Amino acid sequence: MANPPEAALSSKPAEPVRIAPAPATPAAAPPGEADEVAFDIKNFSLWYGPRQALQDVSIRLPARKVTAIIGPSGCGKSTFLRALNRMHELTPGTRLEGSLRHFGQDLYGPGVEAVSIRRRIGMVFQKSNPFPTMSIAENVLVGLRLNGIRDKAVLQGRLEESLRMAALWDEVKDTLNRPGTSLSGGQQQRLCIARSLAVQPETLLMDEPCSALDPIATAKIEDLIQTLRAKYTVVIVTHNMQQAARCSDRTAFFYMGRLIEFGETRKMFTNPSNPQTEAYVSGRFG
Amino acid sequence: MNASPYLPTPGYARWRKAKSTAVTAVLVACALVVIAPLFLVIYFLLRQGYSAIDLNFFTQLPKPTGVPGGGMANAIVGTITLLAMAAVIGVPLGVMGGVYLAEYGSDRVNNWLRFAADVLNGVPSIVWGMVVYLMLVVPFKTFSAYAGGTALGLMMIPLVMRTTEEVLILVPQSYREAALALGVARWKVIMVIVVRTALKGIATGVIVAMARIAGETAPLLFTALGNNFWNHNLKEPISALPLQIFAYAISPYDDWHRQAWAGALVLMALILALNILVRVLSRDRRLTT
Repeated sequence: MANPPEAALSSKPAEPVRIAPAPATPAAAPPGEADEVAFDIKNFSLWYGPRQALQDVSIRLPARKVTAIIGPSGCGKSTFLRALNRMHELTPGTRLEGSLRHFGQDLYGPGVEAVSIRRRIGMVFQKSNPFPTMSIAENVLVGLRLNGIRDKAVLQGRLEESLRMAALWDEVKDTLNRPGTSLSGGQQQRLCIARSLAVQPETLLMDEPCSALDPIATAKIEDLIQTLRAKYTVVIVTHNMQQAARCSDRTAFFYMGRLIEFGETRKMFTNPSNPQTEAYVSGRFG
Repeated sequence: MNASPYLPTPGYARWRKAKSTAVTAVLVACALVVIAPLFLVIYFLLRQGYSAIDLNFFTQLPKPTGVPGGGMANAIVGTITLLAMAAVIGVPLGVMGGVYLAEYGSDRVNNWLRFAADVLNGVPSIVWGMVVYLMLVVPFKTFSAYAGGTALGLMMIPLVMRTTEEVLILVPQSYREAALALGVARWKVIMVIVVRTALKGIATGVIVAMARIAGETAPLLFTALGNNFWNHNLKEPISALPLQIFAYAISPYDDWHRQAWAGALVLMALILALNILVRVLSRDRRLTT
């Protein structure tokens, strides 16, 4: 085995095997520097055709922390998340303004390809979506294989490391060749997380990853998010305010396409400065 | 006698029931009439053709009238050859066209493409024969298997294109998004994830198109022409079951008529087999795996 299994979960994360040289990332943050910025977003607006979905959002999301994005349906939180790795481009007729930088790289700069952005910024979706034609192992490795990785030892190492990081290895290690769709809903979602981790992104976006899961499966994913924080920047959209309070460091509250308030999760839920935030987190609307 | 003034009287209820029974009977009769032709076809083919089918029919070349023991081996092989050639032309072009329609084309372009494909589907098959005659027979001064296969292949393209498009659209968008979010290039996502997921549906569409063209006669009249002997060179005329059936059926000889019926029975069995294969492939009702 290329990577000893404990490497994945130890406090000293294994040096990831980069698929391609990572584009200009700033030098590693000085130790103790708590506020390295992952996403630096300024005056960001987005339109679907004539309808404006996001208005003038400026926000700095910290690196290697969990940021939760909350807000009522239609407030633009999913749109915001999808713009972070350019997934919204799949919707025809979208247009945006403003500046979005990820570790210094302009996401929408000239010549920047969506493919290379998505390699660095992975995404987990609301509904688990393992590829139905592939086994558990093939699902985890598909991103590497399609990016040209052929080395058996590397693939085997990434397979185990990714599944361990997604807290799924012990449940599937003997059934790696069974179809990915044979797993339970919660296992499928963790398989999708392992699939995203296998290509070693720097940031993981999660779009309501637990909304289709039962409480036990949800708890497992929330635990998993806690362990991911050591290595990854996580941005999670959630409808569930308890979930945001439980597993995030920072919380951003969106309403009607605007960022209303952003701050420490504890403060947002106990002592928000904006009355709209207060009304939403206390359940008075939304 | 009853509490509600709105309940029907017993007489009215009986009348309503009678009406319901009558309408149901008419519908059942219509359904029977719809499927009856299939049984008529099978009945006549079996009655007329069964006696002429023996081992010779599958192994021998056609014999002159009056000589016992002739068969249609060359026509059976010819039909399979022509179908293979048609597939070589029709499957890649049709599938790639379908991928374009489902994954790339803008609405405006797609509307025109779909319209063109639907018109092509409606082009009379004899017209295909005449066009290919001018394209491939006149310039090379010979009827050929190539010309016949091309005519059938051109007919396949719009059929395969439309079914491919339909099954690709059934592949959930979430699979495309999941693969794109891994930083995989779009063409790879389409080839490895989308097309692979829909492979069974695409295969089904291809077989449906093959079954559709297997019995075509008119496009072969001016292209493959027919041949009473084995075809050893695809640049030369080749026999096909529908051509041989046509030639024998319009002849004045009884033994040739029997052979024509037998040929029709074999052709029908081939098409039935292709259709059963389609049913097996799409048994789980979803066209995607």
